[in-house]
Amino acid sequence: MTVFVIRRFLQSIAVLVVTAVIVFLGIYAIGDPAEMLISPDASQAERAQVVASLGLDKPLWEQFFTFTWNALHGDLGRSFVFNRPSIALIFERLPATLELTLTGLVFAILLGIPLGLLSGLKPNSATDEVIMTGSIFGFSLPSFWQGMMLIMIFSVWLGWLPSTGRGPVGEFLGLHSSLFTLDGLKHLILPAINLSLFKLSLVIRLTRTGVRETMPLDFVKFARAKGISERRIVFVHVFKNILIPLITVIGLELGSMLAFAVVTETIFAWPGIGKLLIDSIMRLDRPVVVAYLLVIVSLFIFINFVVDVLYSLVDPRVRLGDAS
Amino acid sequence: MTSIGPPVLEVRNVSTHFMTRRGALKAVDDVSFTVGQREIVGLVGESGSGKSITGFSILGLVDPPGRVVSGQILFNGEDLLKMSPSAMRTIRGKRIAMIFQDPMMTLNPVLSVGTQMIETVQAHDKVSRAEARARSRDALGLVGIPSPEERLDAYPHQFSGGMRQRVAIAIALLHRPDLIIADEPTTALDVTIQSQILFEIKRLAAEFGMALIWISHDLGVVAALADRIMVMYAGRIVEAGKVDGVLSEPRHPYTSGLLSAIPAAVPRGEPLRPIPGFAPSPLSRPSGCAFRDRCVRATDICVTEPMLEIAAGREFRCFHPYLWSAA
Amino acid sequence: MSATALFREDMLLGRLIMGIGRSPKAVIAAVVCVILLFAAIAGPFLTPQDPYDLAALDILDSKLPPGSQNMDGLTYWLGTDGQGRDMFSAMVYGLRTSLGVGVFSGIVALVVGTVLGLTAAYFGGRIDTLIMRVVDLMLGFPTILVALMLLALLGQGLWKVIFALILVQWATFARAVRSAALVEKNKDYVEAAVTLGISTPRILIGHLLPNCLPPLIVIGMLQVANAISAEATLSFLGIGLPITEPSLGLLIANGYQLLMSGEYWISVYPGVLLLILVFSINIVGDRLREVLNPRLGER
Repeated sequence: MTVFVIRRFLQSIAVLVVTAVIVFLGIYAIGDPAEMLISPDASQAERAQVVASLGLDKPLWEQFFTFTWNALHGDLGRSFVFNRPSIALIFERLPATLELTLTGLVFAILLGIPLGLLSGLKPNSATDEVIMTGSIFGFSLPSFWQGMMLIMIFSVWLGWLPSTGRGPVGEFLGLHSSLFTLDGLKHLILPAINLSLFKLSLVIRLTRTGVRETMPLDFVKFARAKGISERRIVFVHVFKNILIPLITVIGLELGSMLAFAVVTETIFAWPGIGKLLIDSIMRLDRPVVVAYLLVIVSLFIFINFVVDVLYSLVDPRVRLGDAS
Repeated sequence: MTSIGPPVLEVRNVSTHFMTRRGALKAVDDVSFTVGQREIVGLVGESGSGKSITGFSILGLVDPPGRVVSGQILFNGEDLLKMSPSAMRTIRGKRIAMIFQDPMMTLNPVLSVGTQMIETVQAHDKVSRAEARARSRDALGLVGIPSPEERLDAYPHQFSGGMRQRVAIAIALLHRPDLIIADEPTTALDVTIQSQILFEIKRLAAEFGMALIWISHDLGVVAALADRIMVMYAGRIVEAGKVDGVLSEPRHPYTSGLLSAIPAAVPRGEPLRPIPGFAPSPLSRPSGCAFRDRCVRATDICVTEPMLEIAAGREFRCFHPYLWSAA
Repeated sequence: MSATALFREDMLLGRLIMGIGRSPKAVIAAVVCVILLFAAIAGPFLTPQDPYDLAALDILDSKLPPGSQNMDGLTYWLGTDGQGRDMFSAMVYGLRTSLGVGVFSGIVALVVGTVLGLTAAYFGGRIDTLIMRVVDLMLGFPTILVALMLLALLGQGLWKVIFALILVQWATFARAVRSAALVEKNKDYVEAAVTLGISTPRILIGHLLPNCLPPLIVIGMLQVANAISAEATLSFLGIGLPITEPSLGLLIANGYQLLMSGEYWISVYPGVLLLILVFSINIVGDRLREVLNPRLGER
């Protein structure tokens, strides 16, 4: 188990290094770093100062060293627009994005698993057909358009829910989140639904496939032959088996949702890192773009690592590290 | 061993069909037999002969689109086919237990052996977890698993195939059932392990006075174990009788064919004679005797259905049975 | 190609058509796909107006609701946008772009993925390890994140979007091809063919490739749907196609601001078209998956 965690950790570091190199090459080797990282309205003196601090006059490998060194110290450049360290801007907005993403994920899981079970236990029934067609519909709906329709229906026509921004932040058990105020919740509902619908389809399909693949296995029949109740067979025997792929995929999807939050945040003007990214791209505020990419990739790699460790906790074959 | 008292199980004219797009597939076709108390019955046939489906039919575990379409299955006098699903559940694992073919597949890989045993105890008896655990431990000890207390916390992948089959046997024994249905429980194991398991099951069945239906394609295994033998072909029982009689003086040409295809049963120097042809697909079985296309003794009359003949404790379905001098 | 290979393809085609035919839902979806494909190809001949010929547009006609008529008696059945463009015409042109980008990038990704997947499966060893490491790295990151990274660094543009879409798709094909080819490669007859000295390309194309077709067809369908969706999303975010190549995603984005003021048709109709397009392709793809039943996995 420990060996597994350590090996997995080293792998994560390796992926992080590879991505850092790719991002670095993207900025320094393909583009012109001076143009990308120095504000267009900087004076000649400022320009020279930045060139010196980034080592742009030095060979590429030395630039990479400087880049990595700075990155490790949390220095990912200063925003042209805000004139503040870009990393600080990212961390300021990260909680809003995490709150949105996690709420969306919880939506997807709470709805998706029961629907998937329902569908998988009665394959080819009318219920199954409706749920499955619905799920194809769900992932065919372009996320941004679906968000617009939510706004049109629930904000413009019905006027039930606010369409933009994040509500006031409340405090509960030392945590700060808009989940803890009524107005905050109201603001959160539409964006969270928007972000979760796509993943909902995935969770449904995954659960259904898992159920359908597990139900015909011998151990299910054996459990029946032992006189175990159908409920226990489904919720213990089958569920524990499908939990393994489910955790893996849901975990990985958390990362993809963080990235997809860009779309949701743009539509709902949610003040998270995704909106910051798009705004920065539009304003050519490249240090923030670079910082976003590095932060989100690190976050993503970290999530993958945690998922794999969790996975190994659920699967005894991995946990005991002696799969034969 | 002779059975005393009423039979444990009476299967009467049971047919199990699988509803497919190309029509009903008759996996089990009008099968009748009885199993006496403490009796060991061998059910022999090629793969696809319907022997496993017969076993599943008894326990009500035929998966859709399969269904028992007719007949009666009397267990201690009660018809299992008329029971509600919840009543049936109290029989399964409690009064009738089953051991499956592949021990690698029968245990849930993500639940510990202890969990899978304890749930079996608690599914039928209202006992504390501690007591259920103690009973599980004792059952593991009974089937010869060393240090059973620690092994309860182990997971299936930490056991070898033979050990897993012992675990499955221990689970079957938890409630001291009246009847165990063993579906080729040694086929997937190494030869040396096979005989150990065989011996173990025979010993335990005798010790607890359980009846046993041993399903196998291997006449040799059944010969070493069973009191009585039933030979199935294409969904029907074609011959049944005391093991010695059937093996030494087979009446049905199919049984005889099976025997002359076993290396150990053929005297040295004589050639092995495999049965020509293949078992018919269940979807396109010939009318009358299903074996007639492969049978050396077949004549025109075989296109009609042979009746079950019962004589001197022997049953067979054939127009041209072998006649032995003693018979 | 040998007669047996052709025969197998015939069988495959037959299975596909039969499989779709048995599901009414899939038949409808397939018909819709064909109609949309036809509309995209024949586009300019179907539309009453060339939406990008500025001379044909009249600013006085802007934001007309569906069903309005202009001075020349032309009816705008789906209304007009902010520049007085006929929405129907704009949507047909948008469909051309969306479908073109999706199908083109899907096909290139399929070819690249197939070549790399077959190479990995056939040669094994270090080549296999290297290719699969890259595949794992690619598949480890969500599509949208990779596309965002790339376009954030490169800037927008038609070929940049196509490049990004190919980059995020090829790995899926490569993995499916490799696993399908590996199954076949381990069969005795391929080994026999190798021993007989049959050339490598012949074995790859004649024996391994046909076996990879079923998963490729299914993944291909689903990937095209994904690519169309992804392109629309990127264009909506303003980092995809430039305004000179208006896809459905851009049309929707243009109507987004007007949504609040009640001019719903400018973004709703292109959205519905996009949805119908992606939904139909997905339904057909899903049906093919059921028919061919390769264990594709959900990941």
